[in-house]
Amino acid sequence: MNFVPFFVILPLAAAFLIPLTGKKIKIAGEVASIAATLSLAVLSFLVAALTAAQKALICNIGKWIAPAGIPMIVDGFSIFFLVIINVIAFLVAIYSVDYVKRYTDTWKFFTLFLLMVAGMNGVVISGDIFNLYVCLEIAAIAGYSLVAFDVDAEALEASFKYAVMGAVGSSFMLLGIALLYSYASTLNMADMALSIAGKGASKILPFVSALFLAGFGLKAALVPFHAWLPDAHSKAPTPVSAMLSGLLIKVLGVYALSRIFFNIFGMTPQVSMILIGLAVISMVVASVLAFGQTDIKRLLAYSSISQIGYIALGLGVCTPLSIMGALFHLFNHSIFKSLLFLNAGAIEQSTGTRDLRKMPGIMAISPVTGYTNLIGTMSICGIPPLGGFWSKLIIIFACIQADRPILAFIAAAVSALTLGYYFKAATPILFGSKEYRGINNNIGKRIAITMALPMAALAVLSILSVLILLPDTGRSFLGDAVAVLVRGREWNSAISGAMR
Amino acid sequence: MICIYMLCLALFLVGLYCVVRKRNLIKIIIGIGIMEYAVNLFFILGGYIRRGRSPIFAADQVIKNMVDPLSQAVVSTAIVIGLAFTLLLVAIAIRIYEKSGTFDITKINRLKG
Amino acid sequence: MSLTKEDRGMTLIVKTITRITFGFILLYGIYIALHGNIAPGGGFVGGVIIALSFIHIMLAFGKKRALKRMRSHRLRLMISIAALIFLYIVISGWHGSYSHIVIAICEMVIVGAGLFAIFAALVLMPKSDMASGVKK
Repeated sequence: MNFVPFFVILPLAAAFLIPLTGKKIKIAGEVASIAATLSLAVLSFLVAALTAAQKALICNIGKWIAPAGIPMIVDGFSIFFLVIINVIAFLVAIYSVDYVKRYTDTWKFFTLFLLMVAGMNGVVISGDIFNLYVCLEIAAIAGYSLVAFDVDAEALEASFKYAVMGAVGSSFMLLGIALLYSYASTLNMADMALSIAGKGASKILPFVSALFLAGFGLKAALVPFHAWLPDAHSKAPTPVSAMLSGLLIKVLGVYALSRIFFNIFGMTPQVSMILIGLAVISMVVASVLAFGQTDIKRLLAYSSISQIGYIALGLGVCTPLSIMGALFHLFNHSIFKSLLFLNAGAIEQSTGTRDLRKMPGIMAISPVTGYTNLIGTMSICGIPPLGGFWSKLIIIFACIQADRPILAFIAAAVSALTLGYYFKAATPILFGSKEYRGINNNIGKRIAITMALPMAALAVLSILSVLILLPDTGRSFLGDAVAVLVRGREWNSAISGAMR
Repeated sequence: MICIYMLCLALFLVGLYCVVRKRNLIKIIIGIGIMEYAVNLFFILGGYIRRGRSPIFAADQVIKNMVDPLSQAVVSTAIVIGLAFTLLLVAIAIRIYEKSGTFDITKINRLKG
Repeated sequence: MSLTKEDRGMTLIVKTITRITFGFILLYGIYIALHGNIAPGGGFVGGVIIALSFIHIMLAFGKKRALKRMRSHRLRLMISIAALIFLYIVISGWHGSYSHIVIAICEMVIVGAGLFAIFAALVLMPKSDMASGVKK
């Protein structure tokens, strides 16, 4: 029995069963999405155990063998993302149950949510570059419509902006895929890597690399392509912001970029240099811009760009240690950034505002939100015992080890900037000033247990995430993912052989 | 042949210019459509061979001298994605028009970016 | 005549021509769909043409008459059932073999239903029927 296709089948089936019941059964959306994401999360752990034993699970759909069929491949790198996606989607689905009570048609929200999960799972398990593109578009289109879910003027504008920029990025990607197909005459990623390696250097590869860097860089929101992100993240419903920032930009951007550049093209010094350049610009510019923000969600959005810069820096430096740092930081960031966005939603619910200048102080109103927010903030700032500290430390050490002290200095400096703007934000969020208490009727409204549980779970996860570095518990989980990227094109030759 | 590829690129750039430069929401959507069509055309041309015939498979046919069917199958999927995307954008544009009464992006611009 | 201009549909010429051509367009769509298993693009093109033949009728005969038959929950049912059929095909084709004709026809149904529903939703539905948003 092969479990791999269920990662796409389950959320799709749940997504289209919800509209069938529709308005007749009120809680159909909630029940279906929680059941689907819970079973996906369990399934992802099961498949993780299988993958650790076998190194790569390959599923040929309809028994069509590789060049004709479209295989689904789960290797160490895929399963790393699958676990993150499905666990966080499960927690966000629980959180959404209370949050979506403000909307009239809740089933639409859950249908789109599950489509987004299906698309992201599809991106991660696909072994075919065009299939990857299709799943990417499914996730992205669900994302565009979820951003507009508030249907007020600003949400619509943010969604339109995101959708137009995303469409331009997608066109670049498709053009790149067309060129790559005419060059390598296959769409299967493993075969493509072999074909490119066999043909040697060509003028077409740098052009395709540039197209992919623009296309996937836009999805990952690296700085010249970042303009959509602060608007989309701040205007989206809060669970969607958590999904966008915690998962979508990483799966659609970082996963696809690293899969293509490490495993298909093989990392060249030029691409590595461009990636480092983009990373440094992202880190510095976004941190500086974050200082000026007064809306919590906008601040978190700019911080996302800056942290994606760290991940890109680790991938760009391209030593085993730096790749490990990048992936570990990605793991941590998806946990604590989802946590912080969910906190922002809870703060808005119990104080009625997201404006940092008008915060009544969440600690006194809702201690759960306050303490989890404190843990998330400490983790993202890099306070020692928490995961964020170790991942940043590994990236900085890797830069020094790779003999690039300037990059290490920039990473350390941006870490200090991060501490600065989060400190500036955390004081009013946690303690605030008493004069704003009692202005708004919503103040003191209790946080529902379904909102508190996911936040607490994510806070515990962000404390425990450092355990992944210990030799026995999670080393193979992270280590397998790093090994896939470090082996680069060789990995694909192994996959290509195993497919047949 | 290279001339046709260049024309594809020109069409792509026309669409990009339209997206970047125009202010009307509907014109931006049309620009995105033009870009998608240019890429699809390029994909189809990549699978074309001179004097090739259509890849229809039947019992008495010999598989010889066909154009590439894979690129055509891929493009039909890409067209569907483009369609879904265009519909979503049109729906958003209609809602924006209801809210603000204009299609001009400089007048509805409220967010800082 | 209490109907407004857009409710009455187009002129008599358009209506007559539509009445004549509707059958041919539908037949052509079915023809292409049934040969979908050997043509590139499969039953997809046929589905598009079938959907277009119905959209044609809707445009020619006006909003009022089409709206009698169409409600948003029916459109929703159409889309979700089509998508579930698609999923069923995927799962059934996972291990065993299945007829190519069946796939072509199913694809035709799916694409036709999807396109028709999307178009109907965009063009015909009254705004309040499709609106979702924040509770007041």
